[in-house]
Order: sequence, then C-alpha cells, then structure tokens
Amino acid sequence: MEEGYFLQTVDLFKYFPIRGGMLSRTKAYVKAVDGVSLGVRRGETFGLVGESGCGKTTLGRTIMRLTDSSKGSISLEGEEISRVKGRNLKMVRRRMQMVFQDPYASLDPRQSVRSALVEPMKIHHTASSKSEMNRDAEELIEKVGLNPDHLARFPHEFSGGQRQRIAVAIALAVKPTFIVLDEPTSSLDVSVQAQILKLLKDIQSDMGLTYVFISHNLAVIRQMCPRTAVMYLGRIVELADTQRLFANPKHPYTRALLSSVPIPDPAKRKGLATLQGDVPSPVAIPAGCRFRPRCSYATDTCAKVHPPMVEVEKNHWVECHYNLDFAVSKI
Amino acid sequence: MRPKPLEAGELYGRRADLKYSLHLLKLNPVVLVGFIISIAALLIALISPLLVNPSSWHLQNLDLRLCWNNPAFNWGIGNVFDCPGKIYPLGTDQYGRSLSEMMILAIPIDLQIALEVVLSAVVIGVFFGSIAAYVGGILDELILRITDVFLAVPGILLAIVMIVVMGRSLFVLTLAVLITWWPFYVRLVRSQVLGEKEKPYVERLRAMGAGGPRILFEHVVPNSIYPILIQATLDIGSVILTVSALTFIGLTPSPLLPELGNLANQGIQYFFTAPWLILFPGLTILVISLGFNLLGDGIRDIFDPRLRR
Amino acid sequence: MGKVATETVLDVNNLKVIFHTYAGDVKALDGVELSVRKGEVLGLVGESGCGKSVTALAVVGLLPPNAEIVSGEALLDGTNLLAMGKDELRLARLRDVAIVFQDPMTYLNPVLSVGLQITEIIASQPDLFIPEMIKNRLEEISAIEKSNGGLTRELQVEREKLQAASDTNRLGNDEQKRLTQLYAISILKSVRLPEPEKVFKMYPFELSGGMRQRAMIAMALVRRPKLLLADEITTALDVTVQAQALQLLQQLKEVIDTSVLLITHDLAVVAEVCDRVAVMYAGNVVEVADVTELYRNPLHPYTQGLLASVPRVDVVAEQKSIQGSVPDLMFPPSGCRFHPRCPKVFEKCPNAKPTLIEVSPGHLVSCFLFGG
Repeated sequence: MEEGYFLQTVDLFKYFPIRGGMLSRTKAYVKAVDGVSLGVRRGETFGLVGESGCGKTTLGRTIMRLTDSSKGSISLEGEEISRVKGRNLKMVRRRMQMVFQDPYASLDPRQSVRSALVEPMKIHHTASSKSEMNRDAEELIEKVGLNPDHLARFPHEFSGGQRQRIAVAIALAVKPTFIVLDEPTSSLDVSVQAQILKLLKDIQSDMGLTYVFISHNLAVIRQMCPRTAVMYLGRIVELADTQRLFANPKHPYTRALLSSVPIPDPAKRKGLATLQGDVPSPVAIPAGCRFRPRCSYATDTCAKVHPPMVEVEKNHWVECHYNLDFAVSKI
Repeated sequence: MRPKPLEAGELYGRRADLKYSLHLLKLNPVVLVGFIISIAALLIALISPLLVNPSSWHLQNLDLRLCWNNPAFNWGIGNVFDCPGKIYPLGTDQYGRSLSEMMILAIPIDLQIALEVVLSAVVIGVFFGSIAAYVGGILDELILRITDVFLAVPGILLAIVMIVVMGRSLFVLTLAVLITWWPFYVRLVRSQVLGEKEKPYVERLRAMGAGGPRILFEHVVPNSIYPILIQATLDIGSVILTVSALTFIGLTPSPLLPELGNLANQGIQYFFTAPWLILFPGLTILVISLGFNLLGDGIRDIFDPRLRR
Repeated sequence: MGKVATETVLDVNNLKVIFHTYAGDVKALDGVELSVRKGEVLGLVGESGCGKSVTALAVVGLLPPNAEIVSGEALLDGTNLLAMGKDELRLARLRDVAIVFQDPMTYLNPVLSVGLQITEIIASQPDLFIPEMIKNRLEEISAIEKSNGGLTRELQVEREKLQAASDTNRLGNDEQKRLTQLYAISILKSVRLPEPEKVFKMYPFELSGGMRQRAMIAMALVRRPKLLLADEITTALDVTVQAQALQLLQQLKEVIDTSVLLITHDLAVVAEVCDRVAVMYAGNVVEVADVTELYRNPLHPYTQGLLASVPRVDVVAEQKSIQGSVPDLMFPPSGCRFHPRCPKVFEKCPNAKPTLIEVSPGHLVSCFLFGG
C-alpha cells in the first residue's frame, strides 16, 4: 500500500465474543472482520461489496468508531483514530459521518427536520447563533433537493427517498470530509434510487468528499465506485479498479457473484450460475482459504495454507493461491 | 434486505392517530366509562373545597350520630335513627359527620396521595431505569439488584414497620407506598429503553457525536414514554386501593381522617346497624380504582400499535 | 383481457380493493386486469405501494379485515375465488392455489418442525392426497427396484399393500402416517434440500435463509397447485442464494407443471425467469407483454422510466430516475394515476382513466398515447 491515503486500515480485526455458560465465559468468536487492510484515496468513492455475513457493515461501523476494533489500526488523514476517546473522538466524529440503510428508522420520529439538522451544529458548536443555525439548516435542506417548508415537518410525513435526503443533509451539517454510506439506496424504490445516487455524486464533487460505499448490489457499485473491494467472511478477497474487476475477475468468489446477478434484459439471459451451499458462518471459518468449501477450483493447498494477497496486474489484488483466468465473455 | 415500507392500508401520522383514537373511544364503551369516572373523580377533587369546609372533619356532633334520613332509600333495618334537621344524602357516621361530606373530602386526599406516588415513581423510574439500560455493565447490575431487594419486600409489612418507626402521618403513608412502587417503574423503563436504544436512529446520533445524556434524555426516553404513562394511569387506581387497604387495617394518622379506607374501617363495627358507613366508602374505592384501570387499559389499546385493527 | 386463445389458469377482471382506515380510504386497487396462462411464469412487477401484493392476497382471500373488495372477480379455471364461501375457499387454497411469501421466518411456525408443518397440510384433507401419495411411493419403490436389481421382502409386501389400497383409496391409520411422512420427505428432496430426512425433523430456526425459502416452496407445492403465487420470494436473499432459488423455481416448474405468478420489484429477476410480464403502478396494471417484447419495446412511459432507472451489472450507463414519487393512494391523482410524473403527459390524462388495450399481439398498454 502506498503512502498518503486519506483513510487507511492496517490489519483491522473485529471479533465479537459469544458468551455462554454460568460465568459468561467466552465460548467462541464471531470473526466479523478478520484482517482487513485497505486504503482509500482522497476524493474517491471506494466500493465495498459482499453478501450478508461478509463483514462489510461491521467494517464500516468499525471505521466510524461505532464499535471498537479488536486489533489493528485505522488512520484518517494520517492520524491514528482507532483508539482515541472522549473529546478527541468527538472531534474526529465531526470529520467523518455515516448514512444508514433504513430511511424509516434512522430518524427520530419525534424530532422535526429542523431540529435534527440543527442538533449536530449544537453538538459541535459549528454555528454561533440561532439565526445562523437556521440559515445553515435552510441551506442544507435545499442542497439535498428539498425546500425550507419541509423543515417544520416530521419524518413520518416524508417518503423513503425524501427521508434519505434528510439523512444526507444531517450528515453534511458539520461539514465532514469523509462519509461512509451503508447501503444508502437498498431500501428505496428503484425509480428513486437514481435520484439519490446522483445527489450523492453532486454533493461529492461540490464539497470534495471522500466516500466509502457499502452495498450488496453489484450493479449499483459498478455505477458509483471507480475502485471496489470484494469481501468474503471478513476479509477482502479481491481489490481492483471496478471496470477491471467486472471485466476480469480473478477470484472464484467474485466470478460466482458476478454470474449470479441477473441482468434486466431477457436477451442476455444466461442461466444464473449457482454457487453451491450457503454462506458459512463467521463463527466457524474454514481453515486455509475460507472460500475453499464452495470453490470449484480448490486444491489441497487451499485447504491447508492461507492464500497470500497477490497483485496479479497493476492495481488488481487477489487473495488466492492461483492466478485463474475465467473466460468472461459477457457480464 | 429491504425493510418493509408501510403495508397496504397502513397509516402513519398524527392525523391518523387522533382519528383512530377517537374512533376506538367510540367503539369501546368500557373505556368511555373509565374515562368519565376518572374525570369525575378529578373534578370532585378539584372543587372539593368549594363544596365542603375542609376543616369540618375535625368537628364531632354526637347528636347526629349514625342517623339516616335520605328518603330515597330505606335500609329495612330496625333502629335506624332519623336525623334531625337537613337531609344527609348518605347518612352520618359515629362522629356525627355527614358521610357524603367526608367522602367529598376523602377523594382529593386519596387522589393526591396516588398522584404523588405515581409521579414520583415515574420520575425515579425514568432516571434510574434509563441510565441502567443505556450505560449497562456494573451500573445496570447494581440498580437491578437494588430493585430486586425492594421488590422482594412485602409492601404491607414494610408500611407497618415504617409507620411504627416514623410515626403515623400521611407523609409516611405516601412514602411507604412509594418505596414499594418505584422498583417496578425502574424495571419497566429499563426494558423500554433497552429496546429503543437498539434502533438505527440512536446509532446515527452516536455517529454524529452526540453524547450519552443527550441521546438518552432528549431522544430515547421521549420515544419510550408511552407504556410508562399507561402504566402510571393504571397505577393511580392501584395506589388508591393500596392506601385504602393500609388505612383500613388501621395505619392512619387519625381515626377521624377523611380517607376512603379509613372511613370504611371506621364503619365496620356498625355494619349491622349503619351499613352505609362501610358500603359507600367501599363502593367509591371500587369505582374510582376501576375507573382509572379502565382508562389505562383503554389508552393502552389506543396507543399500542400491535393491537391496532 | 383474458380472451386469449391459450388457456388461462387465473383471470383477474376489474378488481377494485379499498382499505378502510381511520384517516380515510386507501384506494389500493383500481380495476386490476390480469391473466396467468397455463404453464407460464408471469412476472408482476412494480414498486412499493403499487398493489402487487394486495392483488395476490385478494386472490387467495388473505386480505386484512379492513379491506373491502369493491368489485371484480378472480377466476381460477373459471370459478370465481372472490365469490366463494369460507370453506370452499379453504379447499381451493389447499388444492389449487398456493402462496409463498418473502420472509419465511415469519411465515413458518417456529415451534413446529418442518416435517410436521408439511404433514399437517396433508393430514388436514387426507383424501385429497392419498392417491398421489400412493402413486409417489410406488414410483419410489420401482426406482429402488431398478437401481438395486430387486426388492427386499419388506418392500415387496409394501408394494402389494399399496397396490391393493390404490383401488380402494383407503389406508390404515399407521399406514397413512408412514406414507405421509415418506411423501413429505420426498417433497423436501424435490426442492433440493440436502439430507431431507434430517431436515424433516429440524425447526425453522435451524435452517439458513435459503433453506427456509425452499421449505416454504415445498409446503406450497405439496398439493401440486394449479397456480403458485410467489410474493417477493427472493427479495430478502443474498444474490448467490437468490440464484439458487430461481433455478429451483425453474426446475420445479418443469416437473410439476404449475403456473407461477412471480411478484417482485426486481426487473432483472423478471428478465431472467419470466415468460410474460405485467407492470403495475398505483393500483393498476399499465402494461403487459411477452418478456422480450417488454424490454425491447416498452410502451408505457412508466415502464420506460422504470427500465431506464435499473442499475445494470453489464454496462456502465447513467441511470435515469422518474421525477416525483409514488402517490398517496388515499388521495390518488385524477384520471391516469401516473400523469403527475409522466414526461409525456397531455391534456386528456388528468381527466380520464385509460384502459388496457392490445396494441400489438400480446402487448397491452393502458395509456392515452396508444388509444385506450
């Protein structure tokens, strides 16, 4: 990894202990994030894709310090933030914000829009007077495509897409430099998704923001993220420029993922390739390569030795023993 | 995974809530009865000083003892004296006081104690319960164990001991009931907050940099408060019952005290000669506590989203 | 609608449903016209609030108490399901039309084992199932005979008993129980659940999401229904598990010859598995066509907008969105319900309601741009 990343994690782990027994002894660990090293460049939209249980949401929450990492480092603009506390943590929080998946539950139903927008300003003392706060609130609400009459209303009076806009506005209230977007459009109707994604892009170029975009939807990732990491069972198994990733996936899981996604065009019907079995649990991670039980190309080595992360072509990293070539004629 | 947006025909919003509530109120006559009784009791309590001289319970007039002259009802017992002078709607007691006047004085006293106990319990419960739930860990364990201890103590015994030790007064009586009541509220608030704090908006607030107290008292508690208010309404009736029980067994500051349980107690000995003395206070205890119970039940039905439709 | 040459299994005509809520009436379905042909997979596609789930629930008689079916009919092979009495409807649900829902965890009974939930269905109306079960078991025994080159004494006796029973269609209690269990296990096998004998004894919480969904499909197919309603069955699944479920659906369709009404908001799923598609918006079907025709030549402005807004894995293209948002059906727009958001709106649209008309063979649209 190069120097000078805007956000960087090095060997980041997050284990959740499973307690049991009379004395609440730790019986096992849910290894949600099992050694992730990544670097996000300033101003980019970094994609994080994977299915349920892969750890992408936990990774996002750990970076945001919503949960403390078990081991490893997180640095924002060169500054180590994995262990800061108290006032320092509060100052860090001002620089990074998060937009959540569920627009229906991520707003306090009893709080008006204005109050929700003004609150972060009060917490971080970014405005000095009430009138300044109100003015900023009006600016924010317009920036996300709503208008000032909406300020007096309450969340339940809005549709899903509008609520997500409000959530974005709240995130922008403290003028952050970095935003983690956790499935921001997954709960929205498809005809509204594009509006929100476009809004996010516009705001990014307007305010010079850096995004980490988490999603299980490969199609959305392809549209939004120039660089993407594929996660499986707590680790990144492939990382590349998105177009390369889609055109030439190197990890069997990435390939399986891509072949499982249906295309909205019956002329391109391909018979979805099915990956056998279900996603294993992050409690019982297979030895050697964690994808081995479902991999059609697995060998004995894969069962015994953990695969290294190899740069198979420029800026294209894969965690696999072999340099596989899938004839991906059309995806 | 997509969470379900509103289901077909499901509604949100205050306008919907209010209309639905009113509809349910019409639909459920029992709640209406409870509502009326509770309002009536509160009204009587408020205008009581206008109706009856507040110090008239001290006065005894032995000439008027145990008499009944309300023409509307004939007890069919021999030896019922006829009261001289004006009509006493509910007869008189052994001290010569008009029972109806004593009851009008008693209702505000009972209600006042009930409201004091319930409001204090709610405040204590909200404070300790929400902190226990939000902070968790050792503090939570500590608070829970303390409530366990208090829950294990039988209320009546505790009241008796306290009164013996601290003397007979309304204050001690109120305190005794409060001490047995608050643990329940701590647990109730705690379980509500435990559920509420897992909601996504709480996490968003944390990500924003909001501190614990702000999240807890400005967001989580207001959103959890409904079930507690419902319980409080129900408990008004229960507290009245409890206080009446305590005074009934004699834990009253003065035998003359116009308090429903006490009045009933004073009336036992005259059960066969002047049955009105126990009957009317007893009925009133029943009706008022029933009224608040029905009201609380009704409010719960109206505001509990799972019971809708 | 419905007067097509090919046989239809389900005909929904002019279905109007209103939900009576305390702040007003929600006009959820405003004259839905739909038909499912025998043996096909019809995709019913639309966004939240368009009424696709409501349509399915109405057909099966599972609408909540505050719903009123104002008018319309749902003809299953000619009989109107909406006019049936409770018992008739229960029988129809048991025998002819089955529904599978999105979240199997909530729709499976958590305290009963999977096997018990299946056998429960059979035990409720044993007479319906006995012939099928006997036939199924006889086939199994023949298969064993073929692969082993012969039968054990036990199996021979069993076969004789069954052949005798198949004439009278009566079984002893023990026989029936055993046969029911075997039948249930064979159904679990047919939905590709590994180790079906084990799964039979397991509880829903012990199964993964994908397996639960298969169990639900298994329960729906116990009675070999004429019509299977699948309501957002893949929405909650991961994409690799979704692929498995869709493959299963296709395989089953071959074997069991059920017609499927696949309800989803996902236009990619529809493109992958459906033969024909019906698009719904705000309580109406606005376009119906063969799947290739719909994607190649969408006529209704909503369909066009919808297709343009779907993100694709195969190309990088700017997605478009449809301006505005889905209307509140308590106060639906006048005339054509899409007109406030329609880029091609003109004077007639707010004033009158278009109807579905056939613009080219098999392709119906409800839009004034094409008559209607």
